[in-house]
Amino acid sequence: MSRQARVPAPPLATPRGIGIHDQVLFALVLAAAVATLISGFVALAPNRLVSGVPASLWISAGAAFTAAIIVTALLLLAVSMSPQHPAALAAAALLAGAWLLLTVAALGYAARTLIVDAPPAARVSAGPAFWVVAVCAALAFVNALQRLRAGLVLMTAAVAALCGGIILFAITGAFDALSIVREYAARRMLFGAALVRHVALVAGSVGPALLVGFPLGIAAARKPRLQGPLFAVLNLLQTVPSIALFGLLIVPLSALAAALPRLAAIGVGGIGPAPAIIALVLYALLPIVRNTVTGLAGVAPAVIDAARGMGLTRAQIFRRVELPLSLPILVAGLRIVTVQTIGLAVVAALIGAGGLGTFVFEGLGQYALDLVLLGALPAIGLALAADFVLHMLSALLPGARRG
Amino acid sequence: MIELDRVTKRYDGRSVVDDLSLTIRSGELCVLLGSSGCGKSTTLRMINRLVTADAGTIRVDGKDIIAFAPEVLRRRIGYAIQSTGLFPHWTVADNIATVPRLLDWPGPRIAARVKELLELFRLDPAAYRGKYPHQLSGGEQQRVGVARALAADPELLLMDEPFAAVDPITRDALQSELLRIHRATGKTIVFVTHDIEEALRLATLIAVMDQGHIVQSATPLDLLEHPASDFVRDFVGRQGLGLKLLSVRRVAERVRRGESAPGESLPQEASLRDALSAMTAQRTDRLPVADPAGRPIGIITLADLVR
Ligand SMILES: Nc1ncnc2c1ncn2[C@@H]1O[C@H](COP(=O)(O)OP(=O)(O)O)[C@@H](O)[C@H]1O
Ligand SMILES: [Mg+2]
Repeated sequence: MSRQARVPAPPLATPRGIGIHDQVLFALVLAAAVATLISGFVALAPNRLVSGVPASLWISAGAAFTAAIIVTALLLLAVSMSPQHPAALAAAALLAGAWLLLTVAALGYAARTLIVDAPPAARVSAGPAFWVVAVCAALAFVNALQRLRAGLVLMTAAVAALCGGIILFAITGAFDALSIVREYAARRMLFGAALVRHVALVAGSVGPALLVGFPLGIAAARKPRLQGPLFAVLNLLQTVPSIALFGLLIVPLSALAAALPRLAAIGVGGIGPAPAIIALVLYALLPIVRNTVTGLAGVAPAVIDAARGMGLTRAQIFRRVELPLSLPILVAGLRIVTVQTIGLAVVAALIGAGGLGTFVFEGLGQYALDLVLLGALPAIGLALAADFVLHMLSALLPGARRG
Repeated sequence: MIELDRVTKRYDGRSVVDDLSLTIRSGELCVLLGSSGCGKSTTLRMINRLVTADAGTIRVDGKDIIAFAPEVLRRRIGYAIQSTGLFPHWTVADNIATVPRLLDWPGPRIAARVKELLELFRLDPAAYRGKYPHQLSGGEQQRVGVARALAADPELLLMDEPFAAVDPITRDALQSELLRIHRATGKTIVFVTHDIEEALRLATLIAVMDQGHIVQSATPLDLLEHPASDFVRDFVGRQGLGLKLLSVRRVAERVRRGESAPGESLPQEASLRDALSAMTAQRTDRLPVADPAGRPIGIITLADLVR
């Protein structure tokens, strides 16, 4: 989600003289239409390990859903070609939201109808057409809200309403026939634990990374001579592939645990959460240190000179001036780091750290795509949610008021 | 009173302020004048210990500034700079309240002081209190910057090229305001500029600096009439000397008391240059002169200007 509100581009005139006023929306609807025409909306497989036979939207979801989805898409197309009044933008947001909810509901419905006549081991999963339409609808929704220049409250309310709708479908059992939900049902207890572990890995890495990275960043901002060597090391760390770093840590940590049984007793070892957290902290340091240095360097020297000249102490200057003025950039760094760590923590499952990556690698081992998705989709959801929350938080900061 | 006594500041072995002595009496508006890089800012910043002198002593009201913690000293000395250094995340009121808050003034006293200062600078308190610096024009920002420097009623005000970045018309208005406030409050002000016109207009005492030395310190009139060296003569500028002289002399010195004339009266503290300008504009060779209360005290004629 881009922070800057897009400036509406001048309308493109087509030969027939119809203006396309919202090219983004127009392209999204077109892409969704093409995907729906050429690929399957769902796929029916005889069991969870083989890939299924695709079925198109109109065959799988029935006439009512198909018609509703097409009409919504056509209305969106019409909105994209009409002048961008606030009413049109509000209509686009509502229509895009409805489009997404309809598509998701159609998926559940298609799965329920297809599974009825199928053998017990059969699985229905979402096809490419579903994913493309769902992503296009979500983007169209965000696009409309940004064009509306929706404020904090409206943005949060709109996103909450949409997520609420999907969650409502889920708890009423609308998706129960889908393969991914069956994978979930088979691992209900494991899933909860994996989700908690994933969040714990992220919090347990981002927290210490802040505790180390923030003071390092302050020191580097104060003593520019430190910046060269510090960033050389942090950049080098960032270039090590995550799997390699996880692997590299196994040896020293195993040795450490063997040498110090006390450490082994509290869970430190070559595999498990300890090496994962160390690696995630190391990866998190660069964005934190870099944004701290950038944020502090961005405070105008004249402001600090005036503050000193009026008799603020160093600590007062830091707390009252430098910190609040650089906070937006610090929060931006936290955003980057949180999203990055949520993704990297998936890989940490490889060295036995647990978390959502467990399902991903288990699924990959079994060629069970829906099990992979059971790990990947919640990780993506977590990342989007963290990004959204921190984005909203940064809009609330006092620094956001500056012109 | 401020005494700089044989003060030296070196950077990388080079003396940028060299064995400099200067005494500024209470109530004086002393302008440090010189071209860029001659050490004006360094001299100014040594007075509030933003820069520490390598040698020599600086006394404020007879006390060596070394005796104070730097923060304590600075809270007693107002400081205003060219780029204002206003805190962009604080409102105008919060900016002005900076030093009073550091000094733990009670809230109502701070609020009253903010209001008083905004009024002093002719900024409507209701309209300006809650604005952020980026919502102000350059001139307004500079007014708030000076108001902030005056907030805790310091006995001494240091100003480093405060009006250098604003347009000429705004600068003219800000200079008038500074003169008005200097007259009204009687504060000691040390003002840095490289602009000779600004120095002549504002100063009661001008210290001309060159390469870390003071080459002459004198009243504006003395400086024009008796430059101590060719350097000063050149710096002050031979061109337009007559007009500069007119601009530093006051109508009050030449007034013919008791006489009267028609026309719009001049205030007695106006410069002779203002008088010449007013006569030219009104196509007359004599104008009435009034005291600060607006009462007529006499006249001034064209011939009096060149006497
Ligand atoms: N912190 C510093 N480090 C090194 N040199 C400095 C520093 N501050 C000022 N100088 C040098 O000292 C000289 C005088 O500077 P300054 O007092 O700012 O001059 P002015 O205010 O008259 O333009 C300049 O040559 C400047 O480059
Ligand atoms: Mg300077």
